[in-house]
Amino acid sequence: MTMEATRYDDGSITYPGHPRGPGGSEPVETIDLSEYTAEIVTWTTSTATPPGVREPNHLAIVEFDVEGESVRAIGQLTTGDVETGDEVRPVYVDELRDPGAGIREPESQAWDGYRFEPV
Amino acid sequence: MGRVAIIGASMTQFGQREGEWIQDLLAEAGIECLEDAGVDADDVEHLYVSNMASGEFEGQTGVPNALAHDLDAMPAYTQRIDQTSSSGGAGIYAAWQSVASGASDMTMLVGGEKMTHKTTGEATDVIASLTHPAEYKHGVTLPSFAGLTARHYLERFDAPRESLGKVAVKNHKNGVDNPHAQFQTEVDLETVLESPIVADPLRLYDFCPITDGSAALMLCPESIAKEYADEYAVITGIDGATDTHVVHEREDPTVMGGVVESGKGAYEMSGYGPDDIDVAELHDMFTILEFLQMEGLGFAEQGEAWKRVEEGHTERDGELPINTSGGLKSKGHPLGASGVAQGVEIYEQLVGEAGPRQVDADVGLCCNVGGFGNCVITTIMEAAQ
Amino acid sequence: MERVAIIGASMTQFGHREGEWITDLLAAAGSDCLEDAGVDASDVEHLYVSNMTSGEFEGQTGVMNALVHDIGAIPAYTQRVDQTSASGGAGIYAAWQSIESGASDMTLLVGGEKMTHRSTAETTDIIASVTHPVEYNAGVTLPSFAGLTARHYLERFDAPRESLGKVAVKNHKNGVDNPHAQFRKEVDLETVLESPIVADPLRLYDFCPITDGSAALLFCPESVAREYTDDYAVVTGVDGATDTQVVHERADPTVMDGVVESGNGAYEMSGLAPADIDVAELHDMFTILEFLQMEGLGFAEQGEAWKRVEDGDTERDTGELPTNTSGGLKSKGHPLGASGVAQGVEIYEQLVGEAGPRQVDADAGLCCNVGGFGNCVITTIMEAAR
Repeated sequence: MTMEATRYDDGSITYPGHPRGPGGSEPVETIDLSEYTAEIVTWTTSTATPPGVREPNHLAIVEFDVEGESVRAIGQLTTGDVETGDEVRPVYVDELRDPGAGIREPESQAWDGYRFEPV
Repeated sequence: MGRVAIIGASMTQFGQREGEWIQDLLAEAGIECLEDAGVDADDVEHLYVSNMASGEFEGQTGVPNALAHDLDAMPAYTQRIDQTSSSGGAGIYAAWQSVASGASDMTMLVGGEKMTHKTTGEATDVIASLTHPAEYKHGVTLPSFAGLTARHYLERFDAPRESLGKVAVKNHKNGVDNPHAQFQTEVDLETVLESPIVADPLRLYDFCPITDGSAALMLCPESIAKEYADEYAVITGIDGATDTHVVHEREDPTVMGGVVESGKGAYEMSGYGPDDIDVAELHDMFTILEFLQMEGLGFAEQGEAWKRVEEGHTERDGELPINTSGGLKSKGHPLGASGVAQGVEIYEQLVGEAGPRQVDADVGLCCNVGGFGNCVITTIMEAAQ
Repeated sequence: MERVAIIGASMTQFGHREGEWITDLLAAAGSDCLEDAGVDASDVEHLYVSNMTSGEFEGQTGVMNALVHDIGAIPAYTQRVDQTSASGGAGIYAAWQSIESGASDMTLLVGGEKMTHRSTAETTDIIASVTHPVEYNAGVTLPSFAGLTARHYLERFDAPRESLGKVAVKNHKNGVDNPHAQFRKEVDLETVLESPIVADPLRLYDFCPITDGSAALLFCPESVAREYTDDYAVVTGVDGATDTQVVHERADPTVMDGVVESGNGAYEMSGLAPADIDVAELHDMFTILEFLQMEGLGFAEQGEAWKRVEDGDTERDTGELPTNTSGGLKSKGHPLGASGVAQGVEIYEQLVGEAGPRQVDADAGLCCNVGGFGNCVITTIMEAAR
């Protein structure tokens, strides 16, 4: 399992990847973000969670530095005891929410992924 | 090319409409709008329905065709317009295009949504279905985006938590005078700040409710408007623009590119600047969004909207009254109806039909935000001269 | 006012697209269309997505916002267009309006639907959700409307059952030459007439399949088109019109007013008449619909379309008015939101001479896209640029 970001021919990197990058640029390679640490840009604890989602749900937007290029990601936190600016690392979780409980077709996407844990 | 006029408007009671379904709500607003404009159903050429999720909420699709039949407006052309929570603004844009292109000389736009029969969790999930799989799997919801953005805004610009609460207090106060609003009660700042946490640092009163309702507008070329009314409004600027679908990919979490770009487009088309706007309806689905739109539309510098709110600039008797209707916050937010209802408020302000909410306005603006800024439509209207 | 041109077109493989979802299909057609036209994503100003039910089928809404991001076209304005199975035709009308009104100088239209992960019964139910509660309550489906209408037509006009079968045979034959079609094999009349009954008197081969797929068209003012290409098509007539939502309330079950009214509007706008049309794509979701549209659009008198089919007038290589040269919905498949766009793709390719083995001699083409069971219809007339 990897946390795959995509680099495009204009040098930009996004997580998740898209068929085309900014301005229609072509994808050139993937980068595994799970090998990097990131910094919390902002975070929240959500209490009104939809079917199949843990309650409360701690979430953060984090920023990776990949060879000088900033890459942001969103994901669950392992704890609500964090501050903006904290350093976190991705830890693998095999099921982030119950795939059968919500409106989304279970087969249409992955349900495993990475939570962010304070370093 | 002649200008596009608005000659009629209506909205149903917003709130929990027990036993009434999407088709009932759309028909109610549609019939009232025809009556308000004095237009026969036979004269409607295009009929647009702004609705995000009638199938997901109710298992009823094809609602535009139901409405055309229910109003006996056949053979008027009809189509559903979905741009998530900015479906109403997208409907105004589509209706404008239908008239400006010459395809239609009388276009009715009806927006509506039926939501309250679902639980809060289910309704939140239907709306969260607009997120990217990489967001959805983490249980990301629209309220959680608001919490993430609010924390960042407050920390970065050193804004007090109370300033967000004051948006809710103001909009609830305005809603008291709107007979169609879901909530017609004032709330005090303490109540807002002590309400239950929904997405830290935001609390229950920072969020709009879940709502059933419908609203409608009638558009036609200005030359035809004069046959029906002396008092009408004219759309002089309108544009729509997108930002990233994946919200965290934006360079600056406090800037909504769709607000900025659609605002620029609408200003340029109308020849107006932010200072020329006398009244505005902003998409306050969450209190923080009122700040982001004020800044994106040039009503405040970046990081300073909270100061204008604290200073009372956006009160109904302030320099730029914002959300005189009560906003989504107190009026409620039936997704497809909300952008249309914004237009209804600005129309009523411009033609002098806003009753106790009336302010002195020649030019008004509405900004309707889809997703969490994924696509935004800004419309500028002015009173006909 | 200057005319609205079409300068590029694309469609994905139609069929069962295992493991590909609505946003994948839309992005594939969208990027292909930009490449076909030689237009940069950053030059797109409006992006319309024709799609009926991504939420109901897949629990994924906001697909237009996903698409604008996935093809790198931000900040282009975007909106989803839903007019049930005529969403594609409604998209053509919306795209035309966006250019004609001056709101956009480059509009990409992408239609698509992902359906095959659901069972036939579930899919039928999602589509049947267009019906009025009094119809839905009785278990009425779109195929059942087709059965009801076909029996009435055959009995009233003394038309042979075989004539409907010949529509299926013709469209399957045409589909053999369409590399993107779901079915690329001929069927004989006997196979059609002996296939299992679905809605008596109609049988399996009278119906289009359930399909995943996407198609796209690129629109701009004619002055802009000339910067990109010499070969383009022009939309010279387009109109849409409704009929009753409750199907049995119509005065004549064999007349679809939406077809008649939208056809009249498109003819009037273009200055062309039925006899001027060289090639047509009709919405053959069910074989009987090809008859009703031929009659509603003036290609045959009421009750006589079956004779023109029997006479071979609608055959591709030998007929006077080749109908559904693409293979139609019948063999190409019917991914709801994509179908009307794919009709436009076929007429565009015929007019600019890119239809390969399906090519006919055509200066003016028509597509007719039917929503619900004729609840709303969009008719578009295109001409080769000259």
